[in-house]
Amino acid sequence: MKLSIRRAAARTAALFGALALAAGAAVAAPAGQPVKIGSTLALTGPLASTGIVHQIVGEIYVEQLNKKNGLLGRPVEWIVKDDQSKPDLARTLYEQLITVDKVDLLMGPYATGAILSAMGVAQRYNKILVHHTFGIPSLAKYDAQFPTWSLGPDPAATFPNTLFDALAAAGKAPKTVAIVTSKFPSVHFMSLGAREAVKKRGMQEVVFLEWEFGNRDFGAIAARVKDANPDFVWVGAIGLEGNQLLDAMKKIDYTPPLHFYMYPAPGPMAQAPEAKNALAATIFEEHPPYLNNPGAAEFVKLFNERAAKAGIPYTQVETQAAASYSAWQVLDAAVTATKSLDDKVLADWLRKNRVDTIQGKLRFDGPSNYGDDLMAVKQVQNGRWVTIWPKSVAAPGATLMTK
Amino acid sequence: MGLPSFSLLAQSVLSGVFLGALYGLLGLGLSLSWGLLRQINLAHFALAFLAAYLCYQLSAAGRIDPLLTLALIVPAFFALGVAMQWVFARFEITPFNSLLVTFGLTVIIEALIQSIWTADFRRLESGYGDAKFKLGFLYVPAPELLTLVLALALSFAIWAALRHTDVGKALRAAAEDGPIATAFGVNRQALALMLSGVCTALAGVAGVCIALSYTLAPAQMYGWIGVVFAAVMMGGLGRPLGPLFAGIVIGVSEAVTMTLTSPSWAPLVSFSLLILVLLVRPRKA
Repeated sequence: MKLSIRRAAARTAALFGALALAAGAAVAAPAGQPVKIGSTLALTGPLASTGIVHQIVGEIYVEQLNKKNGLLGRPVEWIVKDDQSKPDLARTLYEQLITVDKVDLLMGPYATGAILSAMGVAQRYNKILVHHTFGIPSLAKYDAQFPTWSLGPDPAATFPNTLFDALAAAGKAPKTVAIVTSKFPSVHFMSLGAREAVKKRGMQEVVFLEWEFGNRDFGAIAARVKDANPDFVWVGAIGLEGNQLLDAMKKIDYTPPLHFYMYPAPGPMAQAPEAKNALAATIFEEHPPYLNNPGAAEFVKLFNERAAKAGIPYTQVETQAAASYSAWQVLDAAVTATKSLDDKVLADWLRKNRVDTIQGKLRFDGPSNYGDDLMAVKQVQNGRWVTIWPKSVAAPGATLMTK
Repeated sequence: MGLPSFSLLAQSVLSGVFLGALYGLLGLGLSLSWGLLRQINLAHFALAFLAAYLCYQLSAAGRIDPLLTLALIVPAFFALGVAMQWVFARFEITPFNSLLVTFGLTVIIEALIQSIWTADFRRLESGYGDAKFKLGFLYVPAPELLTLVLALALSFAIWAALRHTDVGKALRAAAEDGPIATAFGVNRQALALMLSGVCTALAGVAGVCIALSYTLAPAQMYGWIGVVFAAVMMGGLGRPLGPLFAGIVIGVSEAVTMTLTSPSWAPLVSFSLLILVLLVRPRKA
């Protein structure tokens, strides 16, 4: 009996020891040569206001990785260079990242022009490129590029229909539409898609206007929209252009009955009183059901804190930050699943598998490696963006507001 | 498309006048430093944006009325302009080199603004932003009207000062022939310091007007360079009224172009007009 008690005690001690070792291994700091991931971001120049969002997201993700077990048990080192919002500089810096810094993996830069530059370099060196903010899917020709901004392969055809479905479902299908748009490439082609949708749905286009990106005076455009008196205004705006047009409309006492902005600066638009009920496109907002996606709630909390600390006026997670975080999730998932840093192995795996991200499940098996168009419609309601359509991602109880 | 309604056209012209006034106000200091000091001061735009951010900061954090910030910004920028001119004179910077040096200064000021206020958009919320009134069928926004009034007042005041005061005459004489002016007892160095101070203070005033009407981002300073340079060259270097009138011509032409044709044609207007002026009156610019 004594012997069996001793044996039992020894076994218990051994069991506890093994458990302790296992637990230690699970939280062990990653060791060995770091896995180097290289990218550029627009940290200065005209795109820097959004570039900083991607910088914060990358820092959060790399910290999260290193707090766990890194990648393949090795620590992760993120080398990020400032491309000054210049696509040509991004090209040079990606060359440097591959040939001088000898990075193991690449992460995409911010914005379509820079991503297109990075894609060319990645293709030359047969590296995979996961990227987060490429706006024109038809230009993504490289077979080892993987987009995480879930536009779908033909957003100009799909998204305007999502928007007009949202209006129709709320009983607000417009009869007359004004389409005014920046000639900035990633919004211009969407506006042309909206024109097609208007025609196909039998609505009347009462005015179509284009302006050059960088336009300062929106007074005449606002006056022409007011003069046309449409039921609905589609504004192909990027960044601050939406606010500038709203400012100009306010000055002539005009409030459009229903108004949509393609890619507005989220903070300034949500906070502008004249942007009440403005609509826009999104892939993520800070409310359920998005917050139920894996990692979303924790990321949102961290991002809110870091963005506030960085002095960013709008600290909420929306399309930019969500697409960025998804890109890191996709790269992480591919490396973890394949236990490899080999670009070809990773690319093959990504083409065949779906990845859980904070914006939903992403797939890369469609044209240009695009999957589903997950873009939804959001609206400024009481100074906050809330998703209103489709119902599967709408905030609980949220519907289109018109007053 | 059919012809626009009269009210649409009139509203657009008014909007062009207001924008043109801002072109003129921005161009005023630039024109004076180019014409009278022989300095092509690219940093003028960066200084205007620095003033806009200071106005934003003083109003948002310091709760000071945006117009009252002029009482701080104008003297501070005058002193800054004097200091800049002292450095330029000390190192005998030529007109061409002034272009390079002030471009460098622009980049430094942009980086400074970005490090303090970040690259994100900043909007000055003040009572002026929403203030407007109706004149017949025309809507008149208060901040833009204020810009027009300031541009007119400053342009005419400087024109009168240059034309009718001894200091003004001395400045024109020094620009015309420095050594002869010196021989007649004109203190060119002191005048240059004062003029540089005035030009930089004018950038400060333009900056406050920008803050009242526009959302701010550091890189936006570059968006004004082309059209304001066109206004300055069309208006004539060193002529206080020139940039204002040329600016209004450009602003109205842009607005009418936007109303009658596609708004995307508007950016071509300023340079087309400049080329036209150079062809018709080559010695004007």
